[in-house]
Amino acid sequence: MSAPVGRSVPRVDGPAKVTGKALYVDDLHPPGVLYGATVRSTLPRGRLRSLQPDPAFDWTGLTVVTAGDVPRNVVALIEDDQPILVPVGGEIRHRAEALALVAGEDRERVARAVRHLIAEVEPLPAVLSIAESMAARVVIHRDDNVQKRYRVVKGDGAEGLSRCEVVVTGTYRTPLQEQLYLEPQGVLAWWEAGKARLTGSLQCPYYVAKGIERAFDLPGAEIDVVQAVTGGGFGGKEEYPTLLALHALLLARKSGRPVKMVYGRQEDIEATTKRHPAEVEITTGCDRDGTFRAASIRIVMDGGAYVTLTPVVLSRGTLHASGAYRWEDVSIESCAVATNTPPNGAFRGFGAPQTIWAMERHVDRIARTLGVDPLELREKNLLRAGDTTATDQRLSGSVGVAECVARATEASGYRERRARGPAREGRKVRGIGVSVFFHGSGFTGSGEQKLKGTVAVDLLPGGRARVRSAATEIGQGTETVFRQIAAASLGLPVDGIDVSVPSTANVPDSGPTVASRTVMIVGSLVEKAAREIRDRVDGERSAGGGSFAEAGDRLLAREGAVSTVATYAPPPGVRWDDATYSGDAYPVFGWACDVAEVEVDLDTFETRVVEFWSAVDVGRAIHPGMCRGQIEGGTLQAIGWALSEEVVTSGGQILNPRMTNYIVPTSLDAPPFTTILVEHPYAHGPGGGAKGLGELPMDGAAPAIASAVEHATGLVADALPLLPERLFELAQGARP
Amino acid sequence: MRVDFILNGAPCSADAPPLARLLDVLRETLRLTGTKEGCGEGECGSCTVLLDGTPVNSCLVAFGQCEGRSVTTVEGLSGSGPLTPTQRSFVEEGGTQCGFCTPGVLVSLEALRTRDAHPSEGAIREAVAGNICRCTGYARIVAAARNAAGDGEPE
Repeated sequence: MSAPVGRSVPRVDGPAKVTGKALYVDDLHPPGVLYGATVRSTLPRGRLRSLQPDPAFDWTGLTVVTAGDVPRNVVALIEDDQPILVPVGGEIRHRAEALALVAGEDRERVARAVRHLIAEVEPLPAVLSIAESMAARVVIHRDDNVQKRYRVVKGDGAEGLSRCEVVVTGTYRTPLQEQLYLEPQGVLAWWEAGKARLTGSLQCPYYVAKGIERAFDLPGAEIDVVQAVTGGGFGGKEEYPTLLALHALLLARKSGRPVKMVYGRQEDIEATTKRHPAEVEITTGCDRDGTFRAASIRIVMDGGAYVTLTPVVLSRGTLHASGAYRWEDVSIESCAVATNTPPNGAFRGFGAPQTIWAMERHVDRIARTLGVDPLELREKNLLRAGDTTATDQRLSGSVGVAECVARATEASGYRERRARGPAREGRKVRGIGVSVFFHGSGFTGSGEQKLKGTVAVDLLPGGRARVRSAATEIGQGTETVFRQIAAASLGLPVDGIDVSVPSTANVPDSGPTVASRTVMIVGSLVEKAAREIRDRVDGERSAGGGSFAEAGDRLLAREGAVSTVATYAPPPGVRWDDATYSGDAYPVFGWACDVAEVEVDLDTFETRVVEFWSAVDVGRAIHPGMCRGQIEGGTLQAIGWALSEEVVTSGGQILNPRMTNYIVPTSLDAPPFTTILVEHPYAHGPGGGAKGLGELPMDGAAPAIASAVEHATGLVADALPLLPERLFELAQGARP
Repeated sequence: MRVDFILNGAPCSADAPPLARLLDVLRETLRLTGTKEGCGEGECGSCTVLLDGTPVNSCLVAFGQCEGRSVTTVEGLSGSGPLTPTQRSFVEEGGTQCGFCTPGVLVSLEALRTRDAHPSEGAIREAVAGNICRCTGYARIVAAARNAAGDGEPE
């Protein structure tokens, strides 16, 4: 038996997925199922005056739910500001907000019925951009439209700038981005003797269960939320499914039937969460030789109509804003403001891609100002073990960034190509660019301590074991990697481990599947609980002899059930102060260097990524193939964000809510990837030192591409995406 | 309207309106749910099936057009037998992650395989250009397809 960890074993869920046997929520057809649909607002802001069924429409056999049917009309999240359905007399706060629900046996009739529920809405002035929200002429959230603020100060803060020889300022913007998981949002809900039952496409079963507890005033024991096979999430199925689940349960309760709600693509894009648009202003000071000294950073994000997870997204953006660099003095002021647009939410990277884009572009600006090579400037200022971050976190180990830079730049021939200058052939010109970045693994600050994630491992007959956690398989490979971790701990083969389908009635709350925490945080709990099983079986073996299976079976015969539970405890020495926002922001960071080679057509200004190199410090690669899958897939999402993906709005309405006009990369747009796994183990990571990886690849591609475009064309883009028309405008502006 | 056609190699007869989407007939009338709906307008390719050997978006095919024709879905690739080399390679190489695009991707690659036993990387990328995958970055898909054809490069 070869070691279970460090090997690309076949995916456990692979055979079902390649044969079409994997059952996603829309593949379930329980007897008597009704199809649910949502009546939505068509104005960005207004007062709902009345909501009446059209008397001319035949409502026979249809179930209609309005706010009056909701026991407690609130979506439980950080703040209780979002209703499940807007009540009559209540305020509509964004387009596509849910006003009522309809269910019936025939989907087409349900779709028609949705158009026959007549909402009378008194329009109210809407706030539709960051600028309008900051101006606060119309106030839609508390007294200043601000949903959350943070302030981070290190050393002398912005004062440090006054002592600097070279001061550089820039402003950087990023657009609204859609997750575009291939499987749209969907759930199936029913009630069984007063108990709420739900299965669906979701990342966080316990979020949904807590939402149900709150809205229906049900104890957790009366609720079972089970994850169905889930066709991608990328954060888009972190918080949003709670709302959809509550809708389906309301319809199921009123109709007494199972109710399935699956969004069409357009509805999914129009109604659900996206990546927060951001504006980041950076002023830095450095020595003439390029040594960084001080940074003053101001961040504004558009939170949308309700608070949802915005404070946490803003926090992560804030904590990554100073980049992978050493600064003596730092000031970061960030805020998120409300607008009358659908709430923005979790999306891979969670605020960090926006601020890393800004800092990486800014470092290129410093390099331009100083007339030095952008890579050399980065290398000179990279964080090393022993340095402190903007929050005064001392990096104690597992800082593989220098090796990442060395390996990515060497594999790509970056230095030679950069030095040679842009390569022009006819109307096409090629350039090369680099980015260096980091991403904190796990929850921020005291988050993991507050959550206290818990995992259980059960000994099974015949020398097998089962892992129970709430960590969901959404494509990233949780089911397979957890088997590897448990197998290594137990000394069993990978196929000797089962992983339970996350169901809130059956698995402990190990926390949500988010924040690059699944392998590192939950995986280390799997390792710990499995090791305790191993210790117990080993004890039995030394007492009575026999194989693992024989000793395990004796234990089971004697005790009936043998289970162990592991609960998160912070590694020793970790400290964080929420009041001053200082200390150990994350247990550890993943590090990476991206190199992009692009080709720009000087007639059309189309940009193509010719080739892409990533070197990523993952701590320890438990499943190298899946690490590559995360890096390449995440990088391509970032390439989309860099070059083509932008949700365009006007008057609070999305103008491109379809795959026809929201353009994500195809196989022909994707470059060949060279992916280098760098392993600087984290002392407390599972499998010999694994760190978080899921979000990191979203952070670096856009700035590397912008840098390459600048190298190729001399055009300096500070806003995404780099659409041909944007580059054309820049070229026009650059002309004398 | 009753339509007689060949489904995954066997004669099949189904009753549905002539303008019903082939996708709905497969998924709901015949309960072959391997074929997925990702957009409903022929952009994502999750619903790709073979119609007389040619990949089509089944969300854009009227069922009435299928009379006498042959339809192959993901369920027909290996039937009840062992995985095909391409399917096996997808499991081993990480060609599938969330899996939602996978049936359509595999069907597109099946059409390629029948006309080119050793396709180039460019031909593979072209063959799946109509299948959006949001997870893999396509590199593992291309590697899996090449390995299945015996053209893989050892890593």
